[in-house]
Amino acid sequence: MKLPYVEYEAPTTIAEAVDLLAEHEDEASVLAGGQSLIPLMALRLARPAVLIDINGLSELSLVAATDGQVTIGAMTREYVAEDSATVGDAVPLLAAALPLIGHEAIRSRGTIGGSLAHADPAAELPAVALALDAEFVVRGRAGERVVPAADWFEGYLATSRRPDELLTEVRFPAAGPGTGVAFLEVARRHGDFAIVGLAVSLTLADGVISDARLAFAGVADVPVRVAEAEDLLAGERPSAELFAEAARVATAALDPPADLNGSPEYRKQVAAALVRRGLQAAADNAYERQ
Amino acid sequence: MIEVTVQVNGASRTGSVEARKTLADFLRDDLDLTGTHVGCEHGVCGACTVIVDGRAVRSCLMLAVQAAGSEITTIEGLATDGGLGTLQQAMWDSHSFQCGFCTPGFVMQATAYLSAHPDAGEQDIREALSGNICRCTGYQSIIDGVLLAAQRSREA
Repeated sequence: MKLPYVEYEAPTTIAEAVDLLAEHEDEASVLAGGQSLIPLMALRLARPAVLIDINGLSELSLVAATDGQVTIGAMTREYVAEDSATVGDAVPLLAAALPLIGHEAIRSRGTIGGSLAHADPAAELPAVALALDAEFVVRGRAGERVVPAADWFEGYLATSRRPDELLTEVRFPAAGPGTGVAFLEVARRHGDFAIVGLAVSLTLADGVISDARLAFAGVADVPVRVAEAEDLLAGERPSAELFAEAARVATAALDPPADLNGSPEYRKQVAAALVRRGLQAAADNAYERQ
Repeated sequence: MIEVTVQVNGASRTGSVEARKTLADFLRDDLDLTGTHVGCEHGVCGACTVIVDGRAVRSCLMLAVQAAGSEITTIEGLATDGGLGTLQQAMWDSHSFQCGFCTPGFVMQATAYLSAHPDAGEQDIREALSGNICRCTGYQSIIDGVLLAAQRSREA
């Protein structure tokens, strides 16, 4: 369908955008890449009175490495992050996930901040941010607030961003030596939303797992981190038996939704297979990066 | 109404639009460039794909006002001296068309992809075109056409 009538604002500074958000609050939607918001409007699932288009805020397009972190501006397009050597070197898990987002034409417009603020639980970037304990920087009239990923995702398409706040940047910790990663997903076609997706980061020190991170996409109304499996892996040596046990523990607590693409039982089976494969792939990658 | 000026297929064009008008509708209704097809209108089918500042984008997921100042190439911009471009000719030779509705989107997506990946193989092309839907399901001949174009461009 054609888009419904909507007012349009195109601020040129962050302060101006924040003032507009404070003025319109729930009546406004922030327009970044538009690859989720525009379809929602076309389908009448979103009916904002005002669009606040932040494409003119050039200071929000950046990828910068600083003290063990990589800062990515909220308006950074997904293809720019995908092509970034900084992201490839320092945040390999993000680099692994980016090519799986939508299709090439979607990544031409879609943004890092847009995907994370939209917070679709089946999307790739929320699982990556949760696995890596990324930090979300939001700006309101009262100033800046930093929200850890664990507190960011509150429900289906819902985050802890307040209506008068703008997500300005996301900070990802840089991967050290010995950290291997994998992002795996099962989807009907390349580019479709994952039936189940999995972000894995595994750090090996002297052949022992010193840090393990697992976060699922597509199994609940938010991305899901599985601490029980992570704890089980820490301090152990990688093996097929260990990874099978981690898969059992990781999926035992899941209660995934049923839809056209699969039953809860099928999703759990896929999730278990992804844990086994993902851990093996991340371990292989960790040996390479040592 | 908001005034929008874009460069389309090398020419400067101006129109006056409501904010809610998509780039696809602006091209078709205001600029009479009806080669860009509108299918699903929510970013799933790929029929409306055009090239904006060198990147393939879905013109139904971009507002016309957001395209102000951009350089846009549509299907009408691919012909050279009134003849078919390399990709168009290769797709013609490979019978890559059935009803033709999805064709402009496929051609624009493939144009953007081949210009960035001239050495693309069959699997790469399949993935690159996976966001475009052909309801006649003539995918095989479309892949053949794009592969043939890639080969001809490399040999040229």
